[in-house]
Amino acid sequence: MNFTLRIWRQDGPSVEGRFEEYPALNIPEDASFLEMLDIVNEGLLGKGVEPVNFDHDCREGICGTCSLTINGVPHGPDRGTTCQLYMRKFQDRDVITIEPFRAAPFPVLRDLAVNRSAFDRIIQSGGFVGERSGSAPDANSVPIPKTIADVAMDAAACIGCGACAAACPNSSAMLFVSAKIGHLGLLPQGKPEKNRRVLKMVRTMDNEGFGNCSNYYACEAVCPAGIPAAFIARMNREYTLASAMETVGAPL
Amino acid sequence: MILDAKIPAGPLDQKWTSYKNHAKIINPSNKRKFKILIVGTGLAGASAAATLGEQGFQVECFCYQDSPRRAHSIAAQGGINAAKNYQNDGDSVYRLFYDTIKGGDFRAREANVHRLAEVSAAIIDQCVAQGVPFAREYGGLLANRSFGGAQVSRTFYARGQTGQQLLLGAYQEMSAQIAAGTVKMFPRTEMLDLVLVDGHAKGIVVRDMVTGEIRSHAGDAVLLCTGGYGNVFYLSTNATGCNVTATYRAHKRGALFANPCYTQIHPTCIPVSGDYQSKLTLMSESLRNDGRVWVPKRREDCGKAPHEIPEDARDYFLERKYPSYGNLAPRDISSRSAKEACDDGRGVGPGGLGVYLDFAEAIGRLGQKVVEERYGNLFEMYGNITGENAYQRPMRIYPAVHYTMGGLWVDYNLMSNVPGLHVLGEANFSDHGANRLGASALMQGLADGYFVIPYTIGTYLSAHFGKKKPEVTDAPFRDAEKAVRDRTQRLLAVKGSRSVDSFHRELGLIIWNQCGMARSQSGLEEALDRIPKLREEFWTNVNVLGKGETFNQSLEKAGRVSDFLEFGELMCRDALARNESCGGHFRTEYQTPEGEALRDDENYSYVAAWKYEGENAAPTCVKEPLVYEHVEQSTRSYK
Repeated sequence: MNFTLRIWRQDGPSVEGRFEEYPALNIPEDASFLEMLDIVNEGLLGKGVEPVNFDHDCREGICGTCSLTINGVPHGPDRGTTCQLYMRKFQDRDVITIEPFRAAPFPVLRDLAVNRSAFDRIIQSGGFVGERSGSAPDANSVPIPKTIADVAMDAAACIGCGACAAACPNSSAMLFVSAKIGHLGLLPQGKPEKNRRVLKMVRTMDNEGFGNCSNYYACEAVCPAGIPAAFIARMNREYTLASAMETVGAPL
Repeated sequence: MILDAKIPAGPLDQKWTSYKNHAKIINPSNKRKFKILIVGTGLAGASAAATLGEQGFQVECFCYQDSPRRAHSIAAQGGINAAKNYQNDGDSVYRLFYDTIKGGDFRAREANVHRLAEVSAAIIDQCVAQGVPFAREYGGLLANRSFGGAQVSRTFYARGQTGQQLLLGAYQEMSAQIAAGTVKMFPRTEMLDLVLVDGHAKGIVVRDMVTGEIRSHAGDAVLLCTGGYGNVFYLSTNATGCNVTATYRAHKRGALFANPCYTQIHPTCIPVSGDYQSKLTLMSESLRNDGRVWVPKRREDCGKAPHEIPEDARDYFLERKYPSYGNLAPRDISSRSAKEACDDGRGVGPGGLGVYLDFAEAIGRLGQKVVEERYGNLFEMYGNITGENAYQRPMRIYPAVHYTMGGLWVDYNLMSNVPGLHVLGEANFSDHGANRLGASALMQGLADGYFVIPYTIGTYLSAHFGKKKPEVTDAPFRDAEKAVRDRTQRLLAVKGSRSVDSFHRELGLIIWNQCGMARSQSGLEEALDRIPKLREEFWTNVNVLGKGETFNQSLEKAGRVSDFLEFGELMCRDALARNESCGGHFRTEYQTPEGEALRDDENYSYVAAWKYEGENAAPTCVKEPLVYEHVEQSTRSYK
């Protein structure tokens, strides 16, 4: 297959970027999108052009490193990670535009690579169960209904890629944040810190510059882990309750 | 040089208890006076950082990924073993210990493995308390599944994403410590050298992968939790960034590299489809619980669609050869059997390099819904990559490099022969012998980080209380930084005509063909002839564009491949020196008439720990004899 690529190139965080056009020739249809870029990069190297930098690691859809906006959509057509996109999904001679994830809290580092440390800082603000190694009771001492554990797992499946924020017109990270709040808040082990967690995480999210949710559902549409937007509603409920409790001085 | 594993005295099941009872403890107010550098944030690194941070040590933690949450432990699918005996099916610490020793083909250290089995149960408690959403029964208790190489159900799992959930658990606990200020995290930072001060590991030299800055960090001890070296094969199930650089540079600074030839080929991966391929995708071994592995009995049937091949024309070769374990035979044995079937001309799919993994019987027995619930995401992944629906036609699978049992030599304290340098998880050699059982890697990574190193680190640190602290301005740091800068400049200065990837691919193919599933003296000798030549060409003809002082992925890759080009040779040397077959190391000259691995306990019951002797000198082998006091080194049979 042959394609024309319009790729975002940017030499550094504080330099202006631009689109460059490169041909992608003789690409096997079973190649993944990233393998297609590997082939193009080998060609660029031969011509003395610096290869395009892009983030990738596991190439099996779980690490959340790959982060390309393809034809305007984070991770491209289909609901999966960029690395799990295969060239057979495209038509021969397609023009494909490739950009980094676009959201103000994700500054571009070089070419297609962005800095998503804001997500780590949100987790650091409360996305955990404060528990010491070695102090845990027997794992079966607290039964958790399968139905609850299953919903918690649905939320815990988030891979932290940031496509939700990149897809949202408001650059809202609420799908990401609500997935962690939902995962931990549903389980008995996460309940003691539930109120403090939601307040801290939502405030950190705001401080990092992510916008609010205004029900576009673009996040849900691109989420490779299939996190339902219903978790956002759950988080809003938890947040409202916790902030009301905070206002009246109830113990959190 | 004599290697002392420092195994505590006393009966096997009392060693760890007695160690803990007598271990040196550093009092809480003194812990903060020690700084520990941890490289890698997978299960071992993240759990160690979280736990040591909690205890009050100053921790600095480094990873090459953009976030510690993305370390490759995240990709482990199937599960984690623990001797909980929740199924009341006869499991025990001893049984997990024995299965692991036997699975490792009697090439692991008894005391380490027993400790691993002992702490396994606490890992599950710990993870549940962190909110890891393990699979549960309707009654609310934890569910288990079976895994290869065991006859009890002791594997805990979270759908097909167990590694992800365990890693996120550890990452979250580490995040809490980052917020508390005990752990300082440096993502997109790669370790490029180890710094020794008076023979002790006291620091590392790193490259900031965003700015290209090369700088040093000093500490009181260094923990390498940097995973395995499977990417020496180029194609493997590892993430593309996984590399041997940290452990290999430590090796060049004096740390012994143990058993590098012990590599694991995982039986259930999606077959290679073309030479553009950048990685191989694993399908969890748990699929073998319900899937049946077969190839056509007749070569002429290989081209037919699977449903056109009647039951009596199929060879369910694992069930035929190993009736008691069947499709759950351990990984090395299953992989080799698949290779034999394909070598016999009965492989299926492109190039004849594949065997079927068939779920028709399970779907008939359980219904599609149950199969979907157990393996849904794996079927989806398979469909996405191959374009085939595995509910309707059997999957095609083929073995691929997955895990490396070899690693830096460590004693019972997880400390290498370089004082202060500790090695955890896949990066060390200690627990899996010549073959690792499924669901044991997660167990080892977390055991080392949560429950072993917090006790054993004190043994080293307590002797250094009150001594002068190393400074990054000291000469050893300056010298190491200069060496790293020079190497970077050398890579950029070659300006040849071949890409880094093309060298990596060529190296991978040599290693796969000569040091993969089957090895022979002549093949290994050929590899040992070709690798140095390839390395020489690399240093005269590689083409790395760009600068050292910027974000430059080509440069990162070039550094890693240059280490693989040295390490690959070490691996082949080790394989050539081990004149026996054991676990993942199968030498074609040493097999039984039925084609099973033929061990030589009399001559090779030892750990081969290699010492670096300089750029163009052959490494020397230091042997640690393996003494089995509690189990008998029997012939490993799964029939």
